[in-house]
Order: sequence, then C-alpha cells, then structure tokens
Amino acid sequence: MRLINRKPSRATAFFLGMAPFVAAIVAYAVASHYRRLDNPADKLLPSLPDMAAAFSRMAFTPDRRSGDLLLWMDTFDSLERLAAGMGVAVVLALSLGILIGFIPNARSSLAPFIATFSLIPPITILPILFIIFGLGELSKIMLIVVGTAPVMIRSVAQSVMEIPRELIIKAETLGASVWQMMVRVVLPQILPKLITAIRLGLVPAWIFLISAEAIASTSGLGYRIFLVRRYLAMDVILPYVVWITLLAFILDRLLLMASRRAFPWHHLQGESL
Amino acid sequence: MSTQPKVSVRNVAKIYDGTVVLERLDLDIAAGALCTIVGASSCGKSTFLRMLLSQEVPSRGEILIDGEKLPPEPTPDRGIVFQRYSVFPHLTVEENLMLSAEFDAAPLTGRLFGSKRAAARDAVTETLERIGLAQARKRYPTQLSGGMQQRLAIAQALLKKPKILLLDEPFGALDPGIRADMQELLIELWKELSMTIFMVTHDIHEAFKLGTRVLVFDKIRHDPDAPDRWGATITYDLPLDRAGVQTIPDAGALFALKNTTRGDVPHA
Repeated sequence: MRLINRKPSRATAFFLGMAPFVAAIVAYAVASHYRRLDNPADKLLPSLPDMAAAFSRMAFTPDRRSGDLLLWMDTFDSLERLAAGMGVAVVLALSLGILIGFIPNARSSLAPFIATFSLIPPITILPILFIIFGLGELSKIMLIVVGTAPVMIRSVAQSVMEIPRELIIKAETLGASVWQMMVRVVLPQILPKLITAIRLGLVPAWIFLISAEAIASTSGLGYRIFLVRRYLAMDVILPYVVWITLLAFILDRLLLMASRRAFPWHHLQGESL
Repeated sequence: MSTQPKVSVRNVAKIYDGTVVLERLDLDIAAGALCTIVGASSCGKSTFLRMLLSQEVPSRGEILIDGEKLPPEPTPDRGIVFQRYSVFPHLTVEENLMLSAEFDAAPLTGRLFGSKRAAARDAVTETLERIGLAQARKRYPTQLSGGMQQRLAIAQALLKKPKILLLDEPFGALDPGIRADMQELLIELWKELSMTIFMVTHDIHEAFKLGTRVLVFDKIRHDPDAPDRWGATITYDLPLDRAGVQTIPDAGALFALKNTTRGDVPHA
C-alpha cells in the first residue's frame, strides 16, 4: 500500500508521537553522562536527577532570603502579566477589529494606521515604554499589548469580513440595527476565531513577557532564568524552560477545549487546529 | 385591488466597470404574483433580484414598490432566501426563528431573557411544527439536511411578514424529491399569505410549475468585437393564469427557452 494511505492506529500514533520526545531526552542523558565522566562538576549539561532536585528546591523549599516558594511566585507573577496584557489586547482586538471589519468608514480610517503600527518591531518600543511608564508592571503589560494587539485586531477584522454577506443582509431584512447585528451576528460568529487569534497571539506574548522580565524585573519566570544565568545554573534554567513550555501548552489546550465546549456549532463544521 | 402595480421597474440597467449586465428592463408586477425568473448562467437574474433587495443599486432607471422608490438598503418589507448561508450557523433552529422577535423587543441587547424569552420560544412552536422541524428545534443548522435548512430559511424570512419575498435559487442544491416537497410548501405559503414572490431558478420546469408569470432573461444583441457592450434583458414575459399552469407554452416559446437555458442543465 502507498505510504499516503497507511494510517497509524491510535496506539501507534501515540508511540510515534512520543518517540521524538523520548529520543531527545535519551540523547540529552547520554551527552550529559559523558560530559560528567570527564568533569563531575560540569555545569553545562546537568544530570536529570540534578535538575529534578533543583526544580523541587525551587518549587517546595522556601527561599532563604525572602521565604517565598520561588517557582510558584515567578509563575504567578508571569501569568498575571500575561493575562493582563492579553486581556487588554483582546478588548482592543474585539472593539477595533469589529469596527474595522464591519463599518466601511471605520475601515478606511483605521486599517492603514493599524497595518503600519503592526510593522513596528515591538521590542524597539520597549525603551520608550520604560521611559513613559517606568520600570514597573505597566511597561511589561504594555509591551505584550503592543506586541500582540495589532496582529489580533487585523485577524479579527479579517474574520468579520469573511462572514458571508448573505447573513448580514438576512439580519437587515429581519430588522436588525447595526449594534444588534454586532452583538447577535458578528460577535458570536467571530468568537471562535478570536480564540484562535488568542492562541496564536500567545506565542509572541510569551516572547515579550520573558524579554521584558529579563530586562527589568524583580520576579517572574523570565527574570529568574536570566538571573541564574550568571551562575551558569543550567539545572534551574532547563527545568524552567520546560515548565514555561508546559504552561504555554496547557494554556493552548485549555483555550481549544473552551472553544469546543462554548461553540459547538463552529467545530461541527469540521475544522480543528 | 387597485390597479397600481406592486413593483414597477422603469428602464433599469446595471453596469459593472463598463460591462453591461442588464439593460432596458421595463416591468410591472401585480400584487400577489409569483414571478419566476429563468435564464442562462450569468445573465443577470441574480443581479436583478439583488437590486430588488437594495443589495445593489441600478446604474440607470428606478424600481418602485407601491409607487415609491426603493429604500437604499435592505429592509424588513422584503424577505430573502438565498441558496446558501441563509440561516445563522451559530444559532439553533429555534433561536434562528426567535431572532427577529428579539431584534424588535430588545434594541440594546438584541436578546430576550426569562419569561419573555420563554414566550418568544412558545411563539415559534407553531411555525416549527408547520415546517416539520419541531423535533430538531435544539439542533444547529449544520446538523440539518439541505431541505430542512431551506425550510428554516423560508420560515425565518416569513416571520417579519414581508410584502415581497425574494428567493435566489432556493432549491438549487436540493435533491429532486425534496425539491418537489419544498415547491408544494412554497405554493401553500404563497396562497396563504398573499405575498408577491420573485424566484430566480435554474430549472425551467420549476419556473413553469410554480410561476404565475415567467420572465426569461437573455442577451438579444451581441457584438462579437465588444461582448460587454450589450447586456441581457427580458426576452420573454409569459403570464400564466393559475388554471393554465399545467399547459405547455407554445412551441416557439419553448424552443427559445430551451436555447436560453441550455447552459444551465449541468447545474440543475
């Protein structure tokens, strides 16, 4: 049978999916083993048990200086910034995106500006943000907003414009006002696509969060890994990277599940990302 | 009934970027007519319907309803059923039917709550039974067959009690058996509600079976050097009285009709 027609069973698919992960871990363990044979104090590729120990120290042993459980404090602070930034970005994306996608005059006036704004590399704005908003929480949140909102606005506007014109006309013949069409036709139709936009927006959001924390912060996941970098503490950095990845993955899956649950009509149409 | 026509089309033309799609349309339609529109693909019959809906504006001439100019945008006095995308995919069957009542009652939220919502739900029950969707009231449109979706679309369009109902190939995507059922439903509703109906169709048999008046759109002038110079117009305007619906039109007309619709057969 041709390769394109051979489909893996559920079990095979699972093992095929796990194989690259296992291979990566094994490769790491082997490399780490041989490096530590040469130099037992090697810091570059710490052993898996060392990393587990470091991770559990970060998670369960109170910090000697402040008495905090560092991992959880960092996670909480970072997620708080991420949520605030994404929250503002979502509000902007919904309000401006619907206006641009639905009202031709608003489109003419806002679309070129947003398109231009979205081309500014957000990191170049970071110094400006630090100067305007200081080194506190606000500038980090603003960086996430600046980095994610323009793309999300354009994505929402595009989804609004892709709503079949027939549906809008139908709503008009049913006597709907512009506002009623926005809340009963446009908004519900784009909400599932907004979730997709959030999922895609989270990728750059994490980048900007970690960058902002690395540059000026006193807590957060990004702050921590850049702090311990000075001591070459790979046994903390690597688990932190895995932990950040896991958080990002869980967030993404939660959003997908929420979308499936809240918008069954959308997923009935046979689409899945 | 007064002698004033329900719909008057006065020398209407539609031109897109120099391409003449329709021209010299002159027409009076009496109230209560079921006017079917046939013609080859891209002869402008859907464009004509969109102008009746105010989705598009005539390039020349004017369209009058009850002697008054059409409003510049779609309004509830003209209902519409499209071939596709006629119902709201994010609403269940009953929510689709409740929507126009909700638009009327709640200007700000467009949504009814509590006992008002329950009342609106009760109000659509009769309609649901009438169109045979009472069992499916909690389902989403994508879970319905094509015929069920179009029944829902027609019922939804009729809720606002439009004086004029516009149908753009409403049964074009349906199986022949289901199509016949839908035609019967449409005739029943038309008799009951005494509306004026315009129906674009690919299917010449459907046009003669349902229509009290059949309009055939075609290009009569053709310049091979400038194919966009001349547009289609109404080449045949055949009034059929209801009693004579089953009679076959004379051979010459039928021959011409066959020619005009030849291009549509694979679509039907």
